[in-house]
Amino acid sequence: MEKFVKFDGVVAPLDRSNVDTDAIIPKQFLKSIKRSGFGPNLFDEWRYLDQGQPDQDCSGRPLNPSFVLNDPRYRSATILLARENFGCGSSREHAPWALADYGFKVIIAPSFADIFFNNCFKNGILPIVLDTKKVDLLFVEASRNEALVLSVDLDAQQLTTPVGDLIPFDVDPFRRLCLLQGLDDIGLTLQHAEEIRAFEERRRASAPWVF
Amino acid sequence: MKNNKYEKDEFVLYVVPTYSCLIKPQVDRAMSAKTLYDKLWEAHLVRTDEDGTGLLYIDRHLVHEVTSPQAFEGLRMAGRMPWRTGAVIATPDHNVPTTDRAAGIVDPIARVQVETLDRNCQEFGITEFGMNDVRQGVVHVVGPEQGLILPGMSVVCGDSHTSTHGALGALAFGIGTSEVEHVLATQCLIQKKSKSMRISIDGELGPGVTAKDVVLAIIGEIGTAGGTGYVIEFAGAVIRALSMEGRMTVCNMTIEAGARAGIVAVDDTTIEYVRGKPHAPRGEQWQAAEVAWRQLHSDEGARFDREIHIDGASIAPQVTWGTSPEMVVSVLDRVPDPAVEPDPVRAEGMRRALDYMGLQAGTPINEIPVDLVFIGSCTNGRIEDLRAAAAIARGRRVAKTLVQALVVPGSGLVKEQAEREGLDRIFIDAGFEWRAPGCSMCLAMNADQLQPGQRCASTSNRNFEGRQGKEGRTHLVGPAMAAAAAIAGHFVDVRDF
Ligand code: SF4
Repeated sequence: MEKFVKFDGVVAPLDRSNVDTDAIIPKQFLKSIKRSGFGPNLFDEWRYLDQGQPDQDCSGRPLNPSFVLNDPRYRSATILLARENFGCGSSREHAPWALADYGFKVIIAPSFADIFFNNCFKNGILPIVLDTKKVDLLFVEASRNEALVLSVDLDAQQLTTPVGDLIPFDVDPFRRLCLLQGLDDIGLTLQHAEEIRAFEERRRASAPWVF
Repeated sequence: MKNNKYEKDEFVLYVVPTYSCLIKPQVDRAMSAKTLYDKLWEAHLVRTDEDGTGLLYIDRHLVHEVTSPQAFEGLRMAGRMPWRTGAVIATPDHNVPTTDRAAGIVDPIARVQVETLDRNCQEFGITEFGMNDVRQGVVHVVGPEQGLILPGMSVVCGDSHTSTHGALGALAFGIGTSEVEHVLATQCLIQKKSKSMRISIDGELGPGVTAKDVVLAIIGEIGTAGGTGYVIEFAGAVIRALSMEGRMTVCNMTIEAGARAGIVAVDDTTIEYVRGKPHAPRGEQWQAAEVAWRQLHSDEGARFDREIHIDGASIAPQVTWGTSPEMVVSVLDRVPDPAVEPDPVRAEGMRRALDYMGLQAGTPINEIPVDLVFIGSCTNGRIEDLRAAAAIARGRRVAKTLVQALVVPGSGLVKEQAEREGLDRIFIDAGFEWRAPGCSMCLAMNADQLQPGQRCASTSNRNFEGRQGKEGRTHLVGPAMAAAAAIAGHFVDVRDF
């Protein structure tokens, strides 16, 4: 996984709550056996006016002009601003794959669905939880004529607005470390292989019917 | 320093509607008393890091074709082997056709995905119930019916509805594909302990009210994010009185309330369900297992971070009206009006949902016509669900206005059982289509899909936009309610049938 470095990014405001993973990447694209190439189909049903098919060239498809990612202000967005319970529904990791492939590195919302939240960290995306008041303020600023650019510093756990306002956020220390250093958690867990084996033997003795 | 408007932390209070719900303040109790979740967690904890991150040992790993190919590919690329292949069981369900299986899968991309699962299972030595095996079916129906899920197990699957298995007193989570790879490689999952919530459904359900209505009413009560950060234990007289199938329906939809898992304590119902299943222990091992399993309940006085009580008698048959499972009312109600919703974000969400669903605020639910009916899925595709639907369909005919009424058994064995009981004939005679097992129209990855604007009464678990087909409109209901809607051509109170 690539290391998560400090960056400045344009914020795209997606003003809906309960955005589910079916909306983030519709099911017809889940038939792929690859991890890449989902970006053009991110939010497919909202983003295009026609029905998308897997393996289709999306460059000529009719765009829905009222969808936020089609607004010229947000074309280069790398930060997605969302409402509560973002990423609910199916556990499909194709959702963070699509967001990352499109170019999003950060998602800000008042709350996230649990599985989606976990999946983001495994794919180099930083999900930031801010309280509703702060999210409301960011929506106002991100919806002005000129797009909002935020500076994201994961090491310092803060966002900086163009006028220098600081917005602190909290990230679980282990996950922060993994993102900053681009660590592979399988490798980390396998450092405990002996402990896992010893546990497994104890479990086999106490609950043999499991094995 | 200049004024920073983001500086002040605001505490936001989410107000939960409490018309039939009582949230009790927590009481201090003896620390030694453990919740069921505490017991399950501790029994699988390999190690805990300083920051509280746990490494949990996984007993059972279910695999299906959609969320696994990239995980197997990851293993291959890293030169890793599965830690314990005996823990893993696979079956294709999402993409399989529910019509003539002999013809294979027509959609070439779907076929590649199912064949990839076959190949991965062969290469890594994993047991698979392939598309033409009678034991194939929706992974969450197959696991328990084979006795592959046992009380006290930790269970994962790259599928959010893994929560289903909590009904057996197992700790079961849905995970993403990277975690699938992690569990394959290490037999462990990295996780922090969740908070605990107990939802007690007290009293008794009225006639015609089912497990599906219970869980929809719970989600209506606490909201789709109401369980976020929690593992929910379902308790109370109503849960105790439910069959295993009913408990599975409730735990299945725990994820729709945002919780990490749902669990039910082990009792006689659990033990009798597991007894004699193909992979259940036998003889002396059964005796020992039963003793251990009987400990799987919350101790008297165990402390929960949140407790909710709902009166079972207050629950009527439920129908969702919107595009989130929390948008649910009783069949006797009307479509709600966003104009009276005080929260502007919620009101906007309601307006958008009504627009998508093509509904007017104030319309009585039982006047909403349906175009299709889907009976099946991991929520309501088990034998008991088919019996409930067949009891309504028996001797009646599907309304002429219906485009299609599908019955899709949850597994090949459910299908066989239903056929032995003659349920297939009842459905076919009534004008339903009797299909082969799979996820089917629950998520419409195969050919079973809604056309734009079509309205479906569905026994599945998600009414999201586009879930059953682009611009399709889904109303979630229980199996008897779905069958009744098929007969009447619109929603009806099944209690009047
Ligand atoms: S039946 Fe539906 S919810 Fe269940 S596993 Fe299949 S697609 Fe998922």
